[in-house]
Amino acid sequence: MPDVQSTVLEFVNKLRKRKIEGSQATARCTVELLRSVISHHRVPHHANQASALIDAVKAVGAQLVAANPVELAVGNVVRRVLHIIREEDLSLATAAVAGLDLLDASDDDDEDVNNGKGIGYPAMSAAVVAAAARSTLRPPSLQTLLEGTPESATVPYTSSSGADSESKTADKSSITRKLKHDVIEGVNQLIHEIAGCHEQIAEQAIEHIHQNEVILTLGSSRTVLEFLCAAKEKKRSFRVFVAEGAPRYQGHLLAKELVARGLQTTVITDSAVFAMISRVNMVIIGAHAVMANGGVIGPVGVNMAALAAKKHAVPFVVLAGSHKLCPLYPHNPEVLLNELRSPSELLDFGEFSDCLDFGAGSGSPLLQVVNPTFDYVPPSLGGHNPSYMYRLIADYYSADDLVM
Amino acid sequence: MESRRNPRAVVDPKVRQVGFFTSSQPDSTHQPDPIASESHPVVSSISPSGNSLSPVMIPPPRHNSSDTFPLRAAAASAVSPSSFSYSTRRDFPDGSTTAASPGRVSRGSFSKPSSSLPGVGMDAMAAAKSSSVPASGLNTVSVVNMPPEKESDQKKNSKPLKEKTTKAERRALQEAQRAAKAAANAEGGKAPLVSSGSVASTNIKATKPAKPSSQKNDVAVAAGPSEKKAGGQSEKDRKKDAPHPRMQYDDESRVVKAKRRAVVKQTEAKYRVELFRHLPQYEHGTQLPDLQTKFFQLDPMHPAVYKVGLQYLSGDISGGNARCIAMLQAFQEVVRDYSTPPEKTLNRDMTAKISSYVSFLIECRPLSVSMGNAIRFVKNRIAKLPITLSESEAKAALQSDIERFINEKIITADTVIVKHAVTKIRDGDVLLTYGSPTAVEMVLLHAHELGKKFRVLVVDSRPKLEGQLLLRRLIKRGINCTYTHINAISYIMHEVTKVFLGASSVLSNGTVYSRVGTACVAMVASAFRVPVLVCCEAYKLHERVQLDSICSNELGDPNAISKVHGREDINYLDGLTNNANLQFLNLMFDATPSDYISMIITDYGMVPPTSVPVIVREYQKEHSLV
Repeated sequence: MPDVQSTVLEFVNKLRKRKIEGSQATARCTVELLRSVISHHRVPHHANQASALIDAVKAVGAQLVAANPVELAVGNVVRRVLHIIREEDLSLATAAVAGLDLLDASDDDDEDVNNGKGIGYPAMSAAVVAAAARSTLRPPSLQTLLEGTPESATVPYTSSSGADSESKTADKSSITRKLKHDVIEGVNQLIHEIAGCHEQIAEQAIEHIHQNEVILTLGSSRTVLEFLCAAKEKKRSFRVFVAEGAPRYQGHLLAKELVARGLQTTVITDSAVFAMISRVNMVIIGAHAVMANGGVIGPVGVNMAALAAKKHAVPFVVLAGSHKLCPLYPHNPEVLLNELRSPSELLDFGEFSDCLDFGAGSGSPLLQVVNPTFDYVPPSLGGHNPSYMYRLIADYYSADDLVM
Repeated sequence: MESRRNPRAVVDPKVRQVGFFTSSQPDSTHQPDPIASESHPVVSSISPSGNSLSPVMIPPPRHNSSDTFPLRAAAASAVSPSSFSYSTRRDFPDGSTTAASPGRVSRGSFSKPSSSLPGVGMDAMAAAKSSSVPASGLNTVSVVNMPPEKESDQKKNSKPLKEKTTKAERRALQEAQRAAKAAANAEGGKAPLVSSGSVASTNIKATKPAKPSSQKNDVAVAAGPSEKKAGGQSEKDRKKDAPHPRMQYDDESRVVKAKRRAVVKQTEAKYRVELFRHLPQYEHGTQLPDLQTKFFQLDPMHPAVYKVGLQYLSGDISGGNARCIAMLQAFQEVVRDYSTPPEKTLNRDMTAKISSYVSFLIECRPLSVSMGNAIRFVKNRIAKLPITLSESEAKAALQSDIERFINEKIITADTVIVKHAVTKIRDGDVLLTYGSPTAVEMVLLHAHELGKKFRVLVVDSRPKLEGQLLLRRLIKRGINCTYTHINAISYIMHEVTKVFLGASSVLSNGTVYSRVGTACVAMVASAFRVPVLVCCEAYKLHERVQLDSICSNELGDPNAISKVHGREDINYLDGLTNNANLQFLNLMFDATPSDYISMIITDYGMVPPTSVPVIVREYQKEHSLV
């Protein structure tokens, strides 16, 4: 446990100092960290295994999120892990139920222990168990959604009302071990998914990019890079315009890699986005995060490109792995979910040092420099329909975890 | 023959100095008037496909011109080779060529006459052709005239002509062309004259060997007056200007032609952006040393003009007003140092001179609309000089006219704009501006002097970062400023109450043609429901219409994009600049749709963008009356 604690601290420090950048890298680090937290977590024998794990993950997650609240991928991954724990817990419970020959009384007890069900809702819990059984067997359906919501809404998590029934102790200890194993299995899957999201997204490239198209992109995103290269590998020839993305100039980075892979690339200034958009067939960007309302947070300048694309009716495509899907509804995201970087990227302190103290007499400097990192594209400009986002989010997260 | 000449004029503005005479010669050699008349119909039929001329420009002016010159045209058609008739005709075409050469400038009243002139000739010969057809025909003819290299072109376009000329004849023509070229070179700056002279010779149908000499004579006598073309024609002023098609740099034959004439030796960029092949894409920074060494060798170029040209080229002078004023002041010096050559008239010769200077300036950097308008004004003034004036009087009048233009149209206009715009600034406003527009800067400074309390957001963009200069000047005056790059525009737009923008020009559909990025700013502002005010002097308005930023634009130095000034850590693209897969596009301007603009502040008052055409009309009326 102590070594886990130290790795957590180390990671928190990295996040604070913004040493880790890019939602994919952060997501992977986070999920790996959480895996080690889970595997090192020693469960007190008598306590509720699932809730203890959830508490532990939540504690670590809160630290991580606080370290860099703007990096939404951290919170997303923590929520995903919590969701995995809950699901595994539920599926174990249903499996146990099935194994117990459906004795009514013990059924209820068992459920109570593992699911935190109130005893007062026997009929409902039976339905939930059935639903959970279904959900483990096939991908989550609309029905599980509908039933799952009241579950979390009506019953606060209670620790083991039926933990006193001794007949099931042995049973439970095996469940405990199994749970942890299953959870780690699930987390591994998540890691795999995050690592493989580029390939999965890139597979669809061929369906969207056609011969001789002109594509505009901005910022530097590995997802976009892989997406474009996938189309290129399929012998599609097209041209890419890359907005350079001042003041970070990640567009230069992207252009370099695109050129290295043999794509026809043209670097344009950010200001020329509007001028060029009338000749562009598609705008493709990589998102920083996709919010629950369908809004997209992307590299700075994205909103401008989205507006221009809308004006010229150019398709605006946002590529995002599932770890970028954030279940939060943004409030004033341009400001609250943004990060201001150093002014030195815009202005040379040396050149303007004589201007910086002009306002010294009045108490506030005359010169301010704004250098935001992200930009918010409201859902009205494209992206997903908010109702569909809700559906996606319900697939990936459980409602209990939205507020951490 | 006339038709050929005309095409030149239409086709290539820059050409007038050197290139044309060569092309014209062949035509002249093989074409007797009857032949020419025969060829017209054919040409006209061919022309529509080959020529990109807009039909719009031709009809009204042509008729006017035709009215004025029916006699001459008739004479031409009659095949009477009288030198007089030719010379007059020549004058017009030449004038047209000069007018056309400046590109945008040509749109002015001058250009119309030029287009019309060919039409006139055609009419006379072919009798009752549709106006548009003749003009186009002329262009194609010009192609035919092209030197030997273009023979393939000739084959395509000029089947009829070919039939008439035998091989031997053509060879003779080529030789004659060469000789003419040599003669032209000898003449140096007077290339235009030479060309006209050659044309004249062609008309006369001098025998091939005789041509060179005949050309010279023509140049001396007939061509001289003809070149002044633009100056002499008052009718042209009244005619509605029709925009000229601009030089399209993906048209190889024309580019080759233009290059031959060029003073500035531009090397084509190795890797050009496909989408912008129609614009000149040159290697930057290569021409300057070469030109600087030529400074003392170029006789025909006035040093003041040469200096201004170099300053354009190196970017020392930028900004619509600054460039325009610099050019006008150079022209003032030209006028001051001018003396009419013997056997020439002042207004014609000077117009030709100015035209050649303008074409040089275009080679250095494409003209802005404002400069085009100013050039139009100058030529107009020269043309309207009463013949009764003595040379010194005329020069003084011209100089004071130019001075007045600078004062009235630019300097006073700015103060009027400031007066108007300041009324829109209130205490507590947060004003956003983009780049470094001079008019807006004056507005802000004046408002500050009036004691208004406001904050300024200076938005900037690469690669020029002009906003930093503005920022510095504003801060020195104690104005509270915030600085950011254009990418962050939607972040800061929340707090903005008004957006003030400058413009390179405002077109008659309300489109604001301005520094690249202006459209982005206006778009985001209108998306955030922030009013957008554009400050623009009325002399920058133009009747042209532009739909996007691609068809007509200017490309800056691509290397400015790959290198980030002051940021050594950004070096991702070092060493990749010669990769065939990588291009850099440095657009200079963009076109802002009028629906993003709330108001345009001109020296005629504050108007909505839809009222621009009205001002253009009124302004031009006044312009022609001055």
